[in-house]
Amino acid sequence: MNKIATGGNKGTDVKSDVFVELILNTGGGINIDLQSKLKTLFGKQIRSLAKDVLRFFEIKQASLKIEDTGALDFVLAARIESVVKQLIDTEKEYLLPQLEENKNGTAKDRFRLSRLYLPGNTPKLMINAGIHRPNGLILDLEDAVAPDKKFEARFIVRNALRNLRFYDTERMVRINQGKRGIDDLAFVIPHHANMILVPKCESAGDLIAVDRTIKLLRKKHRIEHQVWLMPIIESALGVIKAYEIATAVDSVAAMAIGLEDYTADLGTRRTNAGKESFFARSMVVNASRAAGIQPIDSVFTDVSDLEALAKNVRHSKALGFDGMGCIHPRQIKVIHENFAPDEVEIEKAEKIFLAFKEAKSKGLGVVSLDSKMIDPPVVKRAVATITLAINTGKLEKSRFSISNY
Amino acid sequence: MKKYDRIVKNAAGREVPTIINGEDHIPFMGVGKHKPSGRKYGPRIATCADYPEDGNKTVSSLKEALIGAGLCHGMTISTHHHFRDGDLIANQVFDIAHELGIKNLRWFPSASFPCHSHLIPYLEDGTINRIEGSMNGTLGKFCSEGKMIGTGILRSHGGRYLAVQDGEVKIDIAIIAAPTADSFGNANGVNGSAACGLLGFALADSQYADKVIVVTDNLVPFPAIPWQIQGNYVDYVVEVDKVGIHEKIISGTTKITKSPDRLLIAEMTAQFCEAAGLIYDGFSYQAGAGGTALSIGNFFGDILRKNMWKARFIRAGSNKYPVQMLEEGLVEYILDGQTFDLEGVRSMRENPKHVWTSPFTSYNYHGKGNFASLVDVVVLGATEVDIQFNANVVSHSDGYMLHGIGGWQNTLFGKTTILPIPLFRDRIPIIRDEVTTLCAPGEMIDVIVSERGIAINPLRKDLIDKTKNSGLPIKTIQQLKKEAEAICGIPEKPELSDEIVAVIKWVDGTVLDSVRKVIVQ
Repeated sequence: MNKIATGGNKGTDVKSDVFVELILNTGGGINIDLQSKLKTLFGKQIRSLAKDVLRFFEIKQASLKIEDTGALDFVLAARIESVVKQLIDTEKEYLLPQLEENKNGTAKDRFRLSRLYLPGNTPKLMINAGIHRPNGLILDLEDAVAPDKKFEARFIVRNALRNLRFYDTERMVRINQGKRGIDDLAFVIPHHANMILVPKCESAGDLIAVDRTIKLLRKKHRIEHQVWLMPIIESALGVIKAYEIATAVDSVAAMAIGLEDYTADLGTRRTNAGKESFFARSMVVNASRAAGIQPIDSVFTDVSDLEALAKNVRHSKALGFDGMGCIHPRQIKVIHENFAPDEVEIEKAEKIFLAFKEAKSKGLGVVSLDSKMIDPPVVKRAVATITLAINTGKLEKSRFSISNY
Repeated sequence: MKKYDRIVKNAAGREVPTIINGEDHIPFMGVGKHKPSGRKYGPRIATCADYPEDGNKTVSSLKEALIGAGLCHGMTISTHHHFRDGDLIANQVFDIAHELGIKNLRWFPSASFPCHSHLIPYLEDGTINRIEGSMNGTLGKFCSEGKMIGTGILRSHGGRYLAVQDGEVKIDIAIIAAPTADSFGNANGVNGSAACGLLGFALADSQYADKVIVVTDNLVPFPAIPWQIQGNYVDYVVEVDKVGIHEKIISGTTKITKSPDRLLIAEMTAQFCEAAGLIYDGFSYQAGAGGTALSIGNFFGDILRKNMWKARFIRAGSNKYPVQMLEEGLVEYILDGQTFDLEGVRSMRENPKHVWTSPFTSYNYHGKGNFASLVDVVVLGATEVDIQFNANVVSHSDGYMLHGIGGWQNTLFGKTTILPIPLFRDRIPIIRDEVTTLCAPGEMIDVIVSERGIAINPLRKDLIDKTKNSGLPIKTIQQLKKEAEAICGIPEKPELSDEIVAVIKWVDGTVLDSVRKVIVQ
């Protein structure tokens, strides 16, 4: 009896993807049926990669149908591997060489003003995502992937971490909840994910389990850089336990709130004014600050209304948040511009920083401004404000040399 | 008759025939090098005594008009694309020719559209020998696969005007679909229920063709004002129920793009122009109809507004976006070659500062200057560019010819030509070692703006200097090519036949390149 498996996407809206159907035969060698409008230009390369993947998994008799819409190699390889693994049991992984630039670690307190969600099984949205320069790109294995696509999405996300160009954005992955989420980690930690988003956190225990698995995987695969956690609070209970979650493990670098699920849990509706979530957002900000991590606000779902987004961002900043999620590249610029410090903030930060420099040049241990003493965290905050002002184009770089801070 | 003969290597290093469909052609000699002397082609002498004194030239049907005009084998028939994909007349003309058993016609459209796939059976049965004009979509595919009897000749809008003017193409019968006309033959495109804007592409045809037929569904008493086409050139007027579907002048993309990648390219293009000092009080630009080009216009508008500047004129393809800018006072004039939506038509009808033009005023190579070269910033698309900045606009990297040249080649003469293009489409890199079909010599292209960086033609040292400290991602074209290939892989070369199916003319009438037959696998 022939065994058959299918995977990937096809249809009118599908681009940069591939649909594959694999039939394991008992004879006849490897037959590849390739349909692609790129056949003239990439036909040989597509066939050669497909054969290589099958050879790697020691498949000698099979029919492979490839319906290609312009998939890059890492997508094609992931798709074929995912159908192979539906049919044969193997520990082996077909990996293309990882981009050197995708192996770096990130700092705990780096800017996380914006993070762009990318559905984990939709390659076309990934390919140019980095050029819009969000602070982070989230390959989403959770809500943006349909239940029957969860298996194949892992291969796409794994290969994307290795071979997609991120252009200096932080490489983030949102894993699934519970056991499935723990299993997701083996697909992302060995491949240098920088940050893991843990959805629907309700207790320290949720994070401890994730952290333990990450530590084991990092040791096994010799991943030297830290992998940060960003728990997402999405329920009434999560809000109540916010501080416990924020301090659960050392690797928590930020904590986010997810308002769609949270408002549903409360039995209310999400509004643009956001009165219903004021308490929860404040709790997350407060708990995060108490724990010394970054509080991050929920996504704003009306992609077409950039003005409402801007208002939302300003509100979010006023509440104390350090960043916000986004679901469309057009939101990135609005988020950056509105989280950026305003003139009053910049002026104050400049004064503090200059006082610090003066004190330093005079060899004073204590920094003071207008007869008030300034603590080191305040100086650090001022430097962050200046850096942010420079990064968002509100301040000319040449005016400040903060490199010696 | 051989389809083509005597192949030589032209000044661009491309192999081109010098005899095409039995007629002599000159190979490309370099930009601005070909300067023919002598006199222009003279149209036949007409005598007004041969025409009705009451000025009424109407006949009862298009068929009667065609027979009256002497339709016969081997003639050159011209039609125009003012209705773009909503053209109803060209298909009828060839239905009649087919019915009359006429063969071997040369179709000389100002452009063809998907609606003209209707003509494929006539290309197969020899009613039409060949198309000399743009071939889009299915017609392009038909020609690319070597199925056309004669050899195609693609000309720019300006090049088409020139070919009529110097007698390279002698039009036997020109059929002009007009939204409004009087019985004398005066016609315009701004009035009537099928108003499509202007009739500029038919101007040369009206002046030089042996016989001219105006077809309209809005016959008004003399005079039809404005007379974009003058009845003094017209032989017959035919009234029909519907002359064209004017809603379909909205062809392709005439909406501001929502694609974040294209918006990014548009924004970078505007930032580049600003950084290079190309935008100033009184500047001018060419507005395209693509989604990216339209959003560039929007960004230009922001820059003008911010500085309290005005653009002196927009050279268009107009639609509602340039019209909004005109009405807001951000621009003083629109010099319009064709309208791309009904807002453009309305504005042209109502606003004396929205001016209808023709290839004569804007692009004509045999004129004593033309205003294409006065435009400050020209923004164009391309299917491919190569590392010498040569550009292709008619064929894809797999060899298929799928687009026409339009005014593209003519507008290259603007002061700065910018191609805002993605580095790759699907998986296909746009920057190649060598373009599949050469439509613009590299010296005509100044800047390429992609989502991953901007390449400036080394010939434009001024632009390189002005933007080096701009913070914009300026790279070499080789760097951009490498970057795309690192993502996509290096595409294989398509296997093309040696057989030539069409040629590309340069704006001066010389042969710039040949299009080869695609080998169907």
